[in-house]
Amino acid sequence: MTTLRVAIVDDHAMFRRGVRAEIDGPVEIVAEAEDVESAVEVLVETKPDVVLLDVHMPGGGGLEVIRRLHLRHPDMKFLALSVSDAAEDVIGIIRAGARGYVTKNISGPELLDAIDRVAAGDAVFSPRLAGFVLDAFAGTIEVAQIDEDFDRLTEREREVMRLIARGYAYKEVAKELFISIKTVETHVSSVLRKLQLSSRHELTRWANDRRLI
Amino acid sequence: MTPISASPYRRAYRPADRRLVGGVATGLADHLGVGVLYVRLAFVVATWLSGVGIIAYLLLWRFLPLRQPELTPGLEAATRQGLRTNPNRPGSAEILQTLAIGMVGVGVLLFLQVTGRGISDALVGPALVAVIGLTVIWRQFDDVAWRRWMRQTSGIGFAVRIAAGGVLIALAALYFLTQERGWGAMVDLAAALGIALIGLALILGPWITKLLGDLTEERRALVRSQERADVAAHLHDSVLQTLALLQKNAGDQAAVATLARRQERELRAWLYGTDEQAGDSLVAALRASAADVEDAHQVPVEVIAVGDAALDPDVSAVAKAAREAMINAAKHAKVDRIDVYAEANKETVQVFVRDRGVGFNVDKIAEDRMGVRGSIVDRVERHGGTVTIRSKRGQGTEVAMTVPVRDADHVFEETSS
Repeated sequence: MTTLRVAIVDDHAMFRRGVRAEIDGPVEIVAEAEDVESAVEVLVETKPDVVLLDVHMPGGGGLEVIRRLHLRHPDMKFLALSVSDAAEDVIGIIRAGARGYVTKNISGPELLDAIDRVAAGDAVFSPRLAGFVLDAFAGTIEVAQIDEDFDRLTEREREVMRLIARGYAYKEVAKELFISIKTVETHVSSVLRKLQLSSRHELTRWANDRRLI
Repeated sequence: MTPISASPYRRAYRPADRRLVGGVATGLADHLGVGVLYVRLAFVVATWLSGVGIIAYLLLWRFLPLRQPELTPGLEAATRQGLRTNPNRPGSAEILQTLAIGMVGVGVLLFLQVTGRGISDALVGPALVAVIGLTVIWRQFDDVAWRRWMRQTSGIGFAVRIAAGGVLIALAALYFLTQERGWGAMVDLAAALGIALIGLALILGPWITKLLGDLTEERRALVRSQERADVAAHLHDSVLQTLALLQKNAGDQAAVATLARRQERELRAWLYGTDEQAGDSLVAALRASAADVEDAHQVPVEVIAVGDAALDPDVSAVAKAAREAMINAAKHAKVDRIDVYAEANKETVQVFVRDRGVGFNVDKIAEDRMGVRGSIVDRVERHGGTVTIRSKRGQGTEVAMTVPVRDADHVFEETSS
C-alpha cells in the first residue's frame, strides 16, 4: 500500500507544526495552508488524499474550502479538526461534505487511525460529533433548513451513534450489538449520508418536480 | 440545550443572517412555523390580487425589527474576522428557487394583464414606475438610513423635511380658515389639527429623536465599556493567573496538566458555552461534577450530552449518583480518561459513566462496598430508576443509570399535597 498523501489546513503555524511532528512518517504531508485562498490553490495543485481541515480560518473557514473544492474534486476527503465547540459549525462542515470530525486534543495514533479510515471511504465520528449528530437529529440543535429526511435515523443507527457518543470504539460497538465491524461502518456511513442530504439536493428536487428549472 | 425563553410574547423579526432580500419571508416563516417556501409562494400569489403581496412585503420590511443572531464571544469574533462562513446564509439553490417562484409570479401577472383582468393599461406604466421608485426609496430607508434622515438637523434632508412640515402646517391653517363654520367644523378641526401635528412632528422630530437617540447611544457606550472591562477582568482573573502559575510550576508535570485543563475548560465555557449554573440543569450539574473530579483527581472527564433536563428531585438524584460514579472511576480505575454520556428526552433520563480501567467483580460489591450500593444504586432506585453496573477485570467499568421522567401533573400533585 502506498503512503497516504495528507494536507494540513490551519491558520495556526504552531498547530500545523505539532500535527506534522506527530503524523509525518506514517503518512506523507504534501501541503500546508493557512487560509481559504491559499488552501484552495495548494490543494488543487497537490491533490492530497486526505485534508485535515480547521473549522475557523481567515477567508470564511473550512466550510468555504469544502464548498469550493468538493464538487470539482470528489476524491479529496476532508477530515475536520477543530477546537471549536459550536455544534452548528461542526455539523455545518460535516453537512458540506467532510467525512469526519475529530477534536484537536486527539492523540497522534488516533489521528492516524482516523486518517486511514477516512481515506478508505469510511466516516469518522468522534464521541463529541456523535453527540452533536444525535442532538441535531432530535432537533435540539438548530441546523439551518432541516429537511424532511433529516429526522429519520433508524433505531439501529441511533443505537450505534449512542454507543460512539458513550466512548465506544467501532469494534466495541460491534461486540456490544453483536454485529460485524463492517456493519457498524455501514451504519455510520449511512448516518453521514443522511446528514449530508443537504437542502441543496432537496430544493433542486422540489424545483425539478414542479418543472420550475 | 436551548434555553427556554422567558418572554410570554413571541415577536416576529427579520433574521439578519438568513435574509435573501429583506428577510421578511424567512422571519414570517420562523414566526408561523411553516416552510419559508410557502410564505414566498403566498406573497407571490397575493401579488396577483392588485399587488397586495408587494405592499404587505414592503410594510413588513419597514416594521419588522432586524435581529442579529446572538452568539458567544468566541463565535462572534470568528464571524466578524471572517474566520467562519455563515452556516445559515441562503445557498445558491435557494436563491435560484426564489427567483424561479418570482418568475412564475411575474408570468402569471403578465398573463392576467394580457387577458385584461389586471390593472387597466393606462395605469400599468405609472404603477410600474411608482413601484420601482417606492422600492428604491424603501431600500434606502431601511432602518439606518431612515433613522438618519429623520434625525438630520442640516443639509438637504433637513431642508426637505422642514419644507414638508411647513407646507403641511400651512395647508392645515388654510384648510381650517377656508372652511365655513357648521356641524362639520369639529371634523374639520380635527383633520386640520392632525395635519398640523404631522407638520410639527416633521419639524421638531429630529430634536426629539436625537434626544432619545443620544440616550440610547450613551447607554450603549456604557454597556460597551463595561463589557470591555469585564473581558479584561475575566482574562486577568483566569488566563493571566494560570499562566503565572504555570511558570512557577513548570517542573511539575501533573500540576501543569491540571492547570492547563482547568483553564481550557473555563475559557471554552466562556467562549463557546452558555452561562449555565450547576443548579440549572442536568448537563450543567454533570459538567460541574466532571470539573470537580478533574481538579481533585487529575483525570480528564469528557462529558457529552444529548438533550437536557431540569433538575427535579429524580434527575438530581441521577446527577448525584453520576458524580459518585465519576469519583469512583477516578479513584479506583487507574485510567487517564473518563467518558460521561447523558441523554435526556421526554420519557427518560440516562447517564453513562465509563472508564477503561482495572475493573472489578460486580457480584462482590453488594456486601462490602457501601459507596456504590448507597450512593449510586439505592439513590437512583429510590427515585424509580435503574442502575446497571458492568465491569470486567482489565476491561473497565460502565455504570448506566436511568430514571423515567415524571409527567408535569404528577410533580404538581406531589408539591401541592
